[in-house]
Amino acid sequence: MALFRCEEMALYQLFLQSEAAYNCVGEMGEIGLVQFRDMNPDVNAFQRKFVNEVRRCEEMERKLRFIEKEVKKEAHINIPNNVPDLKQVPAAREMNELDNQLEKLENELRELLSNQEQLQKNFLELTELKQVLLRTSIFFQEADSTRFAAAARDDREHEEGEALLDVEGGASGGVAGGGTNKLGVVAGVIKRELLGAFERVLWRVCRGNVFLKHADIEEPLTDPTTGDSLLKCVFIVFFQGEQLGNRVKKICEGFRATLYPCPEQTAERREMLKGVEARIADLQVVLDQTLSHRTRVLESAAANLPLWFVKVRKIKSIYHTLNLFQVSQKYLQVQCWIPITDIPKIQAALDKGTSDAGSSVPSVLSQVPTKEQPPTFNRTNKFTEGFQTIIDAYGVSSYREMNPMPFTVITFPFLFAVMFGDCGHGLIMALFAGLLIWKEKDIIAAKSKNEIFMMFFGGRYLIFLMGVFSIYTGILYNDLFSKSMNIFGSQWAIPQDVAKTLAGYSDNTDTVELDPKDSFKDKAPYPFGLDPIWQVADNKLDFLNSFKMKLSVILGVMHMLFGVVLSLLNHTYFRKPLNVIAEFIPQVLFLGGLFGYLVFMIIYKWFAFDYTNSASAPQLLITFTDMFMLSAPDDELYSGQYTVQVIILLVGVACVPWMLFVKPTVLYMRHRNPAAVKGQRSNLPHQCLAVEMGQLMDNSLPLLTLAVFLKLRNNRVNRFCCFTAIRPAGG
Amino acid sequence: MGAAFATFCIWILMTVFWALIGVAVPLIIPEKIENRRLIQTMLLLTSVSCYTFWLCIFLMQLNPLIGPELEIRTAQAIVEEWQS
Repeated sequence: MALFRCEEMALYQLFLQSEAAYNCVGEMGEIGLVQFRDMNPDVNAFQRKFVNEVRRCEEMERKLRFIEKEVKKEAHINIPNNVPDLKQVPAAREMNELDNQLEKLENELRELLSNQEQLQKNFLELTELKQVLLRTSIFFQEADSTRFAAAARDDREHEEGEALLDVEGGASGGVAGGGTNKLGVVAGVIKRELLGAFERVLWRVCRGNVFLKHADIEEPLTDPTTGDSLLKCVFIVFFQGEQLGNRVKKICEGFRATLYPCPEQTAERREMLKGVEARIADLQVVLDQTLSHRTRVLESAAANLPLWFVKVRKIKSIYHTLNLFQVSQKYLQVQCWIPITDIPKIQAALDKGTSDAGSSVPSVLSQVPTKEQPPTFNRTNKFTEGFQTIIDAYGVSSYREMNPMPFTVITFPFLFAVMFGDCGHGLIMALFAGLLIWKEKDIIAAKSKNEIFMMFFGGRYLIFLMGVFSIYTGILYNDLFSKSMNIFGSQWAIPQDVAKTLAGYSDNTDTVELDPKDSFKDKAPYPFGLDPIWQVADNKLDFLNSFKMKLSVILGVMHMLFGVVLSLLNHTYFRKPLNVIAEFIPQVLFLGGLFGYLVFMIIYKWFAFDYTNSASAPQLLITFTDMFMLSAPDDELYSGQYTVQVIILLVGVACVPWMLFVKPTVLYMRHRNPAAVKGQRSNLPHQCLAVEMGQLMDNSLPLLTLAVFLKLRNNRVNRFCCFTAIRPAGG
Repeated sequence: MGAAFATFCIWILMTVFWALIGVAVPLIIPEKIENRRLIQTMLLLTSVSCYTFWLCIFLMQLNPLIGPELEIRTAQAIVEEWQS
């Protein structure tokens, strides 16, 4: 059955008519049970038939990513997360429609973006100009007042705002030759953090012959390209002479300060200010409208975005799969691996695909007899998937080999619980995993990208079982948040005479040791778990460590024997009696003889010795090592122990060359003489030496000897990688 | 021999309990349940592992060779709390 071994696979040849090919492949993708083989392995990826379609799909994905980026910039637009998977193959013509739609959308967005940038640049310039006009009016008034003093000497009538200062920003000319009364002006805006350096450079270059005034702009301004908000300030530089003017302008360029023409007359300035403010208001309106239009476009796009992503990926994967086909004029053909039990499903999918495409010629699915080793396919559901992943991490099983997964479901959490053993913490683990299981539909739909959480979520059934078993072992170890529970009453009693003498003790750090002869006589052991008195005992660890070591040996040997028995099932299934004789039997003798004997000794000692003969109870570790050193035991567990142990040891030692040399020798002789090969069912067709030796690689013990001689290639196992459609939610 | 009888009772109770879970229940699971084989395997393995674990603890405490070493204060508390 498919639970204990992987599914039976067969190699099929698929012929599809060219019209129906797209739909059929799409339907098979939705089912997700077919592994296609590449029929054109030596064809370059760029020379395959459907490479243009794949390229188009990639272009569409690029556009989708661009649109998604734009949508994400507007934080208030929500991209819907749980799109139900309709399990529909997107029609072939949908690719064209989608392509056009995305192209239009992308162009529109790019246009909007560039317009917006331009508008914002203008807006920034106007705002800066307005600030310049506002602030420099102060400077000019100061200049005016000084001029009044100067003009009083000249005794001439002044118009307000007659120029002592020539406006020079941007214009050529200026005071040629530099009359001593005419100053040139440069006004502009510079970033605040550059101002200090700017001032210093100006001072040094112009040797202190320029005059800089500056004022901060309070509101931060937005940089159109990057979107950062910057703090800037207005500056104005007064200088005399053309050369100084050029130097000042060069320095302004170097510091990337923007210069603005600033009219000197107050009236002109006022006019300019009004004009600028009007233009700013207009521009603001246009900007707002642009932004709202952009938001509308993005909102309508965001609603469809996940669906489009899924469709494009499906189309792309269909064409990518079609590239694997061998193309001729009328039809396409491919070889694929299909699980035998799913043939009707595949056939139905093919029929649906052909009818959707409106083609009259049905697709042909015919089996190809082959001797190749099929890929390993383990069908899993949401419960077994986590465990199968863990097993596959150790190594994917060969085709039709025993799958350890059904057994791991229990043994893995159980062994964890034996090591964990606290029922309080186990309860917490079980509750946590239980919560994950209860909410699993919602969590899957939320599609979180948090890797650590998804790791825990993927192992929720495993963690739940670990918690449940930990509760059980915690109760047995009598460990509730590291405290013991006394449910049935301790079986250890302090005898009366000891109790009387207790009152006489004044030094409270003394201890009294209870002798089982007096304190445990005629008692049944604590019915469920460890007796609670051990928690308050000083020699708790003496007792507990010995117990835990024995428990580990017992459980470990049981597990190893179980594994060896599973290998026997493999040998019987593949009908290899040689493996049974040369591998299984010596393994069982070795394991059972040596370590099974240890288990026997542990259990025997539990029954045979109690307080009456505890003085003569041998220590098992010493007994075991003495066995290997062939020295006679000081205390015997049972009579005749020495003889029995020697026999077991000899048998165990004899098993080692049995395991190492028998099978390679037989195989070597067998392949020197091919007529001796009898019919065997195997998962590999060729009985060639390299392949058989490769099988040896799967069992660790007997291979290394011959491998050194023959320099073998390892036999790689193929995992079944089926072509699945994309499942966006509720996988 | 109250102790031996009590011991035997406890042992037979647990053995029957895990035997029910490990052998009887898998046999009565209806055929049409989807993951029948998997559930049977799980129940059998659970009962074998848990029974072995319980049995080891039980057998270890059957004939103890050493007793607990208690501090005087603890011993006095035990006499008062657990034994009166």
